[in-house]
Amino acid sequence: MPALKVEHVRKIYPSMHAKGQEVLAIDDISLEVRKNEFCSILGHSGCGKTTLLNLIAGFETPTAGHIECAGKVVSGPGADRSMVFQDYALFPWLTVYDNIAFGLKIKGINAGEIKQIVTRFAALVGLSQFTNHYPHQLSGGMRQRVSIARALVVDPTVLLMDEPFAALDAQNRAMMQAEMIRILNEESKTVVLVTHSIEEAINLSDVIVVMTRRPGRVKEIIRVPEPRRMVEDTPAYLEIRRQIRDLIAGEHDVSEAV
Amino acid sequence: MPIINFFKQFRRLALLIILLAAWEYASRFILDKTESTLLPPPSGVARGGFELMQSGEIWKHLFDSLSREFVAFCYASVAIPLGIVMGCFKWVNEQVDPIVEILRPIPPIAWIPLSILWFGVGNTQNQFIIFLGIFFPILLNTIDAVKNVEPNLIRAARCLGAGSWGVITRVVLRAALPQIVTGIRIGLGVGWMALVAAELVGANSGLGFLINDARTVLRTDYILVGMLAIGVIGLCLDRLIRYTAQKLMPWSRALNA
Repeated sequence: MPALKVEHVRKIYPSMHAKGQEVLAIDDISLEVRKNEFCSILGHSGCGKTTLLNLIAGFETPTAGHIECAGKVVSGPGADRSMVFQDYALFPWLTVYDNIAFGLKIKGINAGEIKQIVTRFAALVGLSQFTNHYPHQLSGGMRQRVSIARALVVDPTVLLMDEPFAALDAQNRAMMQAEMIRILNEESKTVVLVTHSIEEAINLSDVIVVMTRRPGRVKEIIRVPEPRRMVEDTPAYLEIRRQIRDLIAGEHDVSEAV
Repeated sequence: MPIINFFKQFRRLALLIILLAAWEYASRFILDKTESTLLPPPSGVARGGFELMQSGEIWKHLFDSLSREFVAFCYASVAIPLGIVMGCFKWVNEQVDPIVEILRPIPPIAWIPLSILWFGVGNTQNQFIIFLGIFFPILLNTIDAVKNVEPNLIRAARCLGAGSWGVITRVVLRAALPQIVTGIRIGLGVGWMALVAAELVGANSGLGFLINDARTVLRTDYILVGMLAIGVIGLCLDRLIRYTAQKLMPWSRALNA
């Protein structure tokens, strides 16, 4: 059974104005993500990739089709599909410790066990020294580490990531991608990542789903030959990058794709 | 260097001191006897203040005014749960909002004649007027705060397993708190102004009563002392709330700006 199954999903937004047109955001998307697989959804901005992620998270409901998580039809948000947001969405009134513990407290786990789990995950993301800090005292990269730990502690079936490193500068982004690979080596997870960066998708994924422009459809699904072990500038790397670039460039505007 | 700091602070007060000195001079040497009764010099006001403190009269009025403000605030804090419910549930907002919109523009002071007929002269009437002053700023700020909670925070809580109740108690309430405190600060300020107005006409004690009573016996120094006390207490209330809020919510940018 796949960890996540998206079947013929379509999302239409009603028009904002009385006489305006409806917007078909994504159309007939089907895909499967296996257990412990890392799947990137790649496409132009406005191609509906974030809409797809919101549908998987259950924040929105599909107009047609359905989504299954571990065989269960998605009908709303739940801790089996926790999300890492681009703007981190940390609770500013909670310390790093309490942010990470949030999902565990809702589950009603006892304090001793929470402490054990939070300590382990704070160490996993490299924030053991900062558990008493508030989010506003941390850098962007550190905040995103908190957000990743907070989403991982609830042990989701699928971890959703919405352009998690887009707000970081180039060095931090590269470092966080490397960190993500390290974290996933220690803590196997099924991940669905939305990104517009081809390199990020190649570096992190087993599978890359390239989407068309609006309305978003699946243009092609590409398997990365050596997931998370691709070395930049090797012929294999350049070849897969060229292949994806061509696919995306085929969607008109080249300048936005890079 | 404490001494240098002291001088820096002192420099900020230079204009104030010059104006006080000019006032003292004018009142003593320029104005004639009748006129200086209407505008006693600062030293005279200070003497009047001292008298009121020694006789204990001012403490009694101060206590009465503050306890009215406090009682009214306790009642007016209903605005917080009401505002949260209005901000969270659209249908409640639809029903309550028109009533609020009609009542809100009526200044608390405009309620004084009716409230005197309803409650007579005394505590209840005063508290009612203050209540009106405090209630609306808290309500409007609470509604606004709840509506403006960052949507991603609510989503984050939902995808970590929180239900509707969990979202309200663990996210909405906490995220809205800084602006609710702002509402309380504004409300207490408006309430304090309304209090003095209410006491001018409808009370037998309180700072408003004190200054109006002093008018009838031409004690302008007492009037000025009373006015000064009203200003200082208002300022202290505001600072106290801000300080407490900053201590309790060190994470809030709005409060610590």
